[in-house]
Amino acid sequence: MPTAVERFDDKARAAFDRIGRNEVYQGELQRHRVYTRFLHWMVAVFFFLSLFSGFGIYLPWLFRWFTPLFGGGPLSRALHPWFGVLFVFFFALQALNWLKPMSWTKADSAWMRRLRSTISGEEKLDPPDTGFFNAGQKVQFWEIVIGCVVYLITGIILWAGARTFGPIAVAFSYILHDISAIIMLGGIFIHMYLSTIGEPGTFQAMTRGAVSEAWAWTFHPAWYKEVTGRDPRRAYEEARQRMEAGRSK
Amino acid sequence: MSDRKTLQIKQISAHPGPIPGLGVQRDLEVCKLVDTTTCIGCKACEVACVEWNDMPFAETTFDNTYQTMPETRWNFWNLIKFNEHQREDGTIQWLMRKDQCMHCADPGCLRACPADGAIVQYANGIVDFNQENCIGCEFCVSGCPYNIPKFNKETKKVYKCTLCSDRVGQGLEPACIKACPTGCLKFGSKEDMKMIAESRAAQLREHFGYENAGVYDPQSIGGTHVIYVLHDATQPELYGGLPKNPQIPWSYTVWKWLFKPVLGAFSMLGLVGVLLHYVTVGPRRPQPEPPKKED
Repeated sequence: MPTAVERFDDKARAAFDRIGRNEVYQGELQRHRVYTRFLHWMVAVFFFLSLFSGFGIYLPWLFRWFTPLFGGGPLSRALHPWFGVLFVFFFALQALNWLKPMSWTKADSAWMRRLRSTISGEEKLDPPDTGFFNAGQKVQFWEIVIGCVVYLITGIILWAGARTFGPIAVAFSYILHDISAIIMLGGIFIHMYLSTIGEPGTFQAMTRGAVSEAWAWTFHPAWYKEVTGRDPRRAYEEARQRMEAGRSK
Repeated sequence: MSDRKTLQIKQISAHPGPIPGLGVQRDLEVCKLVDTTTCIGCKACEVACVEWNDMPFAETTFDNTYQTMPETRWNFWNLIKFNEHQREDGTIQWLMRKDQCMHCADPGCLRACPADGAIVQYANGIVDFNQENCIGCEFCVSGCPYNIPKFNKETKKVYKCTLCSDRVGQGLEPACIKACPTGCLKFGSKEDMKMIAESRAAQLREHFGYENAGVYDPQSIGGTHVIYVLHDATQPELYGGLPKNPQIPWSYTVWKWLFKPVLGAFSMLGLVGVLLHYVTVGPRRPQPEPPKKED
C-alpha cells in the first residue's frame, strides 16, 4: 500500500512527464524524470535569489554590491524572505521526492571512509555497493534538509522581528541563519563542481534527464545493476576490452 | 572644530594683559540631563516633542497608571514612565522618568544596522536615523538595550528620538528641554551636565537623605548622551525598567564584525578547493576513459 506521499509523487511525476520530455538515447539510462528536474531548477533559482538578496544584508561591505540587483536595500529586504520561502517550499517537495533514495545505509558509511582516496583520484570506480545516490550526495541532502528547517524557524523570527519575538530571539536567529548560509555557500561550490567539470557527464542528468551507461557503472554501480540487471564491474571490463581491441587494430 | 573658532578673538588692539577667552573651546559633546527628582510628570515634554516633530497626536492607552501609553511608538518618542515604588518602610515613592533615546556613545542600533547610511552618529554624540536609507529590517530594534527604535508598518521604516538634531544644529535646545517647567530637563555639554548632575546627586545624598542618589550614565555602552539623576542609582530598574548594565547583543558585536567576514571568506575556500582539485587531481571521468593520444 503506497503512502500518501508516494501517491502524490507518482501523480506529480506522471503530470510532469506529460508536459516535459525525457530524452534517453541508446547506451544511456534514465536518471531524473521531468518532475525531479523541475524541482531541482526551482530550488536552484530560489537558492541563488535568496543567496544574492541576502549577501547585501549579510555584510556591510557587500551592501552596495548586491542590493542594487534587487532594486535597492528596502526591496532586497522585502524580497529575501519570499525567495527563501519559495526555496524551502520547492526543496520540501524535492525532499519528499527523494526521501527514500536518500536514506543512509551501511554502504554509505563505508563510502565515507574511502572519501580520501576518492578525492585524491586513486579510486577510478566507485565501490560496487554505491546506489542511486552516494554518501556525499546524501550528506549534502540532509545538510540542506536541516538547513531549511533552521532557515525557516530563524527566518520567520527575523522576518517578524524583535517587536514580535523579542531581541534575544532575534539575536540568536541572526547567528543561526548565518551559519546555515555559510555551510550551504561552501557546499554549493562542491555541488556545482562535481555536477559539471568535476565529474564530466553528470550535468545532462539534470537537463535531459539521462546519463551514459559508463557514467552509471562508474559512479553508481549498484544503481546500474538495479536498472540493467547486469554486473557493473563486468560491464566495465567488457567496455575496457572493446576499447583495447579497437586500439590494437 | 576650526569653523566654530573663526569668530573667537585672537588679538585685541591696545589690550594689556591676557586676551579673555583665548584658546577656550566648548566641549563638542552635547547631553540632556533628566533630573527625575524634580520631574512632576506634567508631560509638557511629551507634547513639545509631538509638536516640534509634527506628529499627529497618537491615541493613548490607559493602563491604570498616569502613563500616556505603555511604551514609546514610532510617532511618539518621548514618554514619561510612571512607577509606584513601595519602600521598605511601607511608604510609596512615585517615580517618573522621561523615556527616550539615550544616544549611547556605543550605539547598539548602529552596530546592528546592515544598511549603508541608515544610522549615523554625529561628533556631538547624537545618534540619528536616516529613514531614506533604512531598509526596514528592524535589526536595530534588537540591538538597542532600551527598546527605543519603533517600526512603522506603513512606511516600513524605523523611527526614534533625534535629540532634535535639527534644532541642536541651529544652536537651539531640544523641544522637550524648552517645554520643561520645573527645570528638571537641562541641555548642554556632556561635561557640564555631568557636573550639574553629580552636584545634584551629592545634594540629594547630603541634604535630602537619599543615600544612594546618583547619576545614570552607564559605562557598559561608553556612557550616554542622555543622563539621569536618580534617587536610588543602585536600582535603575525601578524607573520603568532602566537597565543597570545595558549590553549590545553579542551577535551585533563579535559575530557581525569578526565571525561574519571571517566565516564568509572561509566558505569561499569551497570555491578555491574545487578549482585546486581540478588543476591538481583533475576530474573523475566515466570509466573506461578513451586512450590518450600516444606521442
